[in-house]
Amino acid sequence: MSGATPAANSLYSDVIRDRWRHPRHRGDLPGANAVAEDVNPLCGDRVRMMLAIAPEGRISEARFVGDSCAICTASADVVADLVSGRTRTEAAALEVSDVLAVLQAEIRPTRMRCATLPLSVLAQALDGKAKS
Amino acid sequence: MRLDELTRGDFPILERVVNGHPLIYLDSGASSQKPRAVLEAMNRYYERSHANVHRSIHTLGEEATELYEVARDAVQRFIGAPSREEVVFTRGTTDGLGLIAETIGRTLGKGDEIVVTELEHHSNLIPWQLVAKDRGAVLKAVPVRDDGTLDLAALDRLLTTRTRVVAFAHVSNVLGTITPAKEIIGKARAVNALTVVDGAQAAPHMRLDMSALGCDFYVLSAHKMLGPTGIGVMYGRRAVLNRLEPGRGGSEMIKEVWIDHAQWNDLPWRFEPGTPPIAEAVGLTAAIEYLEKLGMDRVAEHERALTRQTMEGLSRIPGVTVYGPKVGVDRGAVVSFAVEGLHPHDVAALLDAEGIAVRAGHHCAMPLMRRLGVVGTTRATFSVFNSPDEVSRLLTTVAGLRSAL
Repeated sequence: MSGATPAANSLYSDVIRDRWRHPRHRGDLPGANAVAEDVNPLCGDRVRMMLAIAPEGRISEARFVGDSCAICTASADVVADLVSGRTRTEAAALEVSDVLAVLQAEIRPTRMRCATLPLSVLAQALDGKAKS
Repeated sequence: MRLDELTRGDFPILERVVNGHPLIYLDSGASSQKPRAVLEAMNRYYERSHANVHRSIHTLGEEATELYEVARDAVQRFIGAPSREEVVFTRGTTDGLGLIAETIGRTLGKGDEIVVTELEHHSNLIPWQLVAKDRGAVLKAVPVRDDGTLDLAALDRLLTTRTRVVAFAHVSNVLGTITPAKEIIGKARAVNALTVVDGAQAAPHMRLDMSALGCDFYVLSAHKMLGPTGIGVMYGRRAVLNRLEPGRGGSEMIKEVWIDHAQWNDLPWRFEPGTPPIAEAVGLTAAIEYLEKLGMDRVAEHERALTRQTMEGLSRIPGVTVYGPKVGVDRGAVVSFAVEGLHPHDVAALLDAEGIAVRAGHHCAMPLMRRLGVVGTTRATFSVFNSPDEVSRLLTTVAGLRSAL
C-alpha cells in the first residue's frame, strides 16, 4: 500500500491497514437492541458494539464505534462482518482464531488484548449484560 | 563532555539491537536502565555477603545488615532527610503510597477530607479512594489548567478545616509538570493537613531536599532512578511517624510481643515488616553513588536540554500535538505527544519497529486523560544516557509516521 514504510508492513497486515483506514461497519446503529461497551485496561481503548437482532435470533446488522488503535479497530470491523447474518448462537461461538484468520496478522502478545477486546464486547452484548 | 558520552558505556543493555536498529531507550519514566555498577554491586552482595538482616549473629548476617543500613544513609543524603530514622524502605512508590494511605487512613473519621490532584498517577489516587470509602472521608481533586499546571486558586477553595491530607505528584508522569510543591505544602500546613508527595518522577531528575521542602511524606522508586526493581523509599517526618501506628505487622517491626498485644520497634524499622529487599538496597546505594558522582544538577541540566530539543522538534512536525507546559517552562524529563490520525499504541509500535522504545497509553492517569480529552498519549522520557542524536532519530521517525499506516 502506498505511503507505508517497510516497518509498518511487517507490523500491520494489509487487512489491518485497510480496515483501519476504511472500516465498513463503523458508526452508530440506531435500531440496535443488543449493545455493550468495554475498555482495555492496558491502554484505555474503548469499543462499543451494537447489534440489531431479529425476533427469531438472527443478527441483521452489526456496527461499532470506539476510540481504538489500528488492530482493535480492524478487529471490531471484522467481528461486525463475521456476525452479520448469523444467529445469536453462531455469533457466540466466534473465536479469536476466526478473527485472526481474517486479519492475517501475527499479533504480538502485548497487542493481543487489542485484537480480543471487540470479541469480549460482542459476548457481553449477546449476554444482554450490556453496559449501555 | 556531554553526560551521555560520559555514561553511555556504563549501560550494557544499550548495546542491544532491536528490530535491526540500535536500541534507543526513551522509557526511563516507566523504568530506567541500570549501570554496570548497580548490577555488579548486587551480584557481589549475593556472591559474598548474603544473609538475612538484623537477627543473624554471624559474619554474613552482620555484613548484610551493614550493607542494608548503609543504603539508608545513602538515601538520607540523597533526599536531604534530617535523619536516617525517617527513611523507610518499601517495595516501591505504589507500595509506599498504599502504606501511607492505610496508616493515615486509620486516623480519619467521617467527613474528613483528602485532597489530591487531577494529574495523579492511579497509585496516588486509588489508595485514597479506598481510604475514603472505608472511613467515610471525602476525596477532592485540584483541577489541571489548560497549560498543564495545577489550579492553585482552586486548591485554596478546596482546603478547609476538615482537610486532613493533601497528596500530590512532584512531577507529572504524563505532562512533566513540576508542581509548586513548596507552595502546596505551605497551604496544606496552614490548615494542619498532612502532606504526601509522590516523587517517583522527580527523584531521578532533580536535587531533592526534604528539610527545605517541609513535606510530611515523600515516596520514590529505585527502579526509575537507575536502581533495581522491588525497592522504594518512604520518607516520613519523625514527628508524624512517631504518632502513627504501623501499617503492617511482622518480624522486624516489633520490640516485644504477647498474644494479645505488642510493643513496636523504633523508627524506621517499625514500618519495615518482613525480610526487606536487601540486594535491592545494595543496588540502590550503587545507583545513588552513581548519580551523586554525575551530580544531580548536571543530570537535570542534561535532561532539560533533551526535553527542550524534543518539544521544539515535535512542535515543528505537522499534525503533532505536544501536551503539558510550553517550551520555556521548567518541566521534568517527560514529553507526551499525539500524532494526528494515529492511535498512541500504533505510534509506539511503529517507533519500536525502528528500535525506539517509548510508552503509549493512559500512563495510569485516566482522570488526566479525560481532562486532555484523549484515550492516551505517546510518551518519551529521558535519562542520563540519552543523547541529542537519539532525540533527532525520534523526531525524524515521528515525522514519517503519518503516512505509515
